Amino acid sequence: MNETIKLEIRNMTKLYKNGDGVRNINLKVRQGELMTLLGPSGCGKTTILRTIGGFLECNAGAILIDGENIADLPPEKRPTAMVFQSYNLWPHMTVFDNLAFGLKLRKVPKAEIADRILDVLNLVKMPGTEKKYPNQMSGGQQQRIAIARSLLLKPEVLLLDEPFSALDAKIRMQMREELRKIQTDLDITVVFVTHDQEEAMALSDSTVVMNKGSIEQIGSPYEVYHHPASRYVADFIGEMNFIETQAGVHTAVRPENIRVEKGDGGDLEGQVRNIMMLGHYTEMVVQTRFGIVKAFLSGSEADNFKRGDQVALYFSDSRQFSE
Amino acid sequence: MSSLSFLSPRHISNTLGRKKFWEVILLFSFLLVFYGPLLYTLVLAFAGQYTYPDVLPRTWSLQWWQYVLKQPALVKSMLYSFQFAICSVILSLLVCLPAAYVLARYKFTGRRLIMFTFLIGNAFPKIGMYTSMGIIYYKVGLMGSFMGVLLIHMLGSMMQMIWLPAGAFRSVPVQQEEAARDVGAGPLRTFFYVTLPMAWPGIAVACMFAFIGSLGESVGTLMVGLPTYRTMMVEMYGVILDYPATAGAVFSILLILPNLLLILVMRKYIGAETMSKGYKMG
Repeated sequence: MNETIKLEIRNMTKLYKNGDGVRNINLKVRQGELMTLLGPSGCGKTTILRTIGGFLECNAGAILIDGENIADLPPEKRPTAMVFQSYNLWPHMTVFDNLAFGLKLRKVPKAEIADRILDVLNLVKMPGTEKKYPNQMSGGQQQRIAIARSLLLKPEVLLLDEPFSALDAKIRMQMREELRKIQTDLDITVVFVTHDQEEAMALSDSTVVMNKGSIEQIGSPYEVYHHPASRYVADFIGEMNFIETQAGVHTAVRPENIRVEKGDGGDLEGQVRNIMMLGHYTEMVVQTRFGIVKAFLSGSEADNFKRGDQVALYFSDSRQFSE
Repeated sequence: MSSLSFLSPRHISNTLGRKKFWEVILLFSFLLVFYGPLLYTLVLAFAGQYTYPDVLPRTWSLQWWQYVLKQPALVKSMLYSFQFAICSVILSLLVCLPAAYVLARYKFTGRRLIMFTFLIGNAFPKIGMYTSMGIIYYKVGLMGSFMGVLLIHMLGSMMQMIWLPAGAFRSVPVQQEEAARDVGAGPLRTFFYVTLPMAWPGIAVACMFAFIGSLGESVGTLMVGLPTYRTMMVEMYGVILDYPATAGAVFSILLILPNLLLILVMRKYIGAETMSKGYKMG
């Protein structure tokens, strides 16, 4: 990854008839960077992705790849490749034909097509599947082939629209790791849309957190997690306690940043309401005079407490948000 | 007890149970009414020596087939029927498929109304439509022409050729088309390599209906095609009056046969899913 800007979106606006859409989007993606667009349904992340891919026309603004504005080009002429959430592969063609389709259009010689397909199938760990049909493969396998097909075209920017959302949790994790490895090995610029903040944290070099058509924050996973710019980002990413200490002012502190000690005092005091063992850490629910506060403790720390205990909570790294 | 007592109604009734017995009786009656005339037609068509009071012919022969196939007017009508069927299906495809695609993919104001108007064409007896067409034909000079009859055949199948393909196109996920555009295929190439192969079953069923409909088109062709273009259906009116019943039977079978063959060939495509998808207004 280097500092040259591969993809830039300048003042882009795309509005739908009912008023939804995105306004004045400005984004810069560096060469070799994996940027995620993160947000709930309807926030506009897929809209942005589809305008980059050419499947939506923007009302205003420019989309530049390597400095050239591609906003007026149809999808087949853009140097991008997209992987959809589902229905990527053509069911009436074998894996080989699915992969070869784009190469044949570019008049690549037959021998070279066969070689390149062999290589890319090894890359996505699906060797020997050339003669299979999509409906003979699982969802995860189909998405691998879809990714392989995109990589074959050597796109300048790879676009992924929630490609793992329809897969099982375990397969999802595996695919994430493999995608990240391929992306870093090949130094490809990627824009990845997801509603899963865990996925965004795990994959990104930088994350764009979106809400209702506009960008709330752009930053690395560390920045977005530890220094959320707004209440929305603080709430969306990870777990966060919001304690209304004064009218209209919320103190936000993450459960893992709360130290619990027996007795009174601290930044806030309360009574242990519940202790839940969640695997390698324990969640403690404390009833304070401002409401419920959750704290994460290690198993051994939690052993010192029981329900009903009076405890003092000490906050580190908290911040204030006003309504 | 005689050896055939097991055939007595009371015995059968006791074996099957009372309810089932009446159900079987009802089924047989229905089959008789439904297939009886067809069976009779088959018997007539292959009859050799067949005189009253025999129930079945004394001898079987193909003589009536030879007779019919030697009548130039009848043979010509068979050629015309197939010519019109093939031409009207091909022309219908060229005209209706693009329309079906637009209706499937693009949501514009008046879309439902337009789809509904195609439905109306099949909602009332077509004679009214044919009469007004006849008037226009006289003015334009299409009366008694090949094109004139072809248009009538095309109109008859317009609803099938628009609704069913539209349903088939709609069932192709948009992402598959977008994926084709994404890898570099233009809109036309996407249509021929991705959309059409995937929508093919619905379109094939529509073509089948159009073909069968064209073979069965009678009133319009009669009005517009005379005196030159007489299809099998038009000739049939004359055959019943002027030819012996056995020749009529042969001619009927010649008319039924292509329809039967088509349905047999297409039966794997005709499923509840294709049909229900085809008739959604969407």
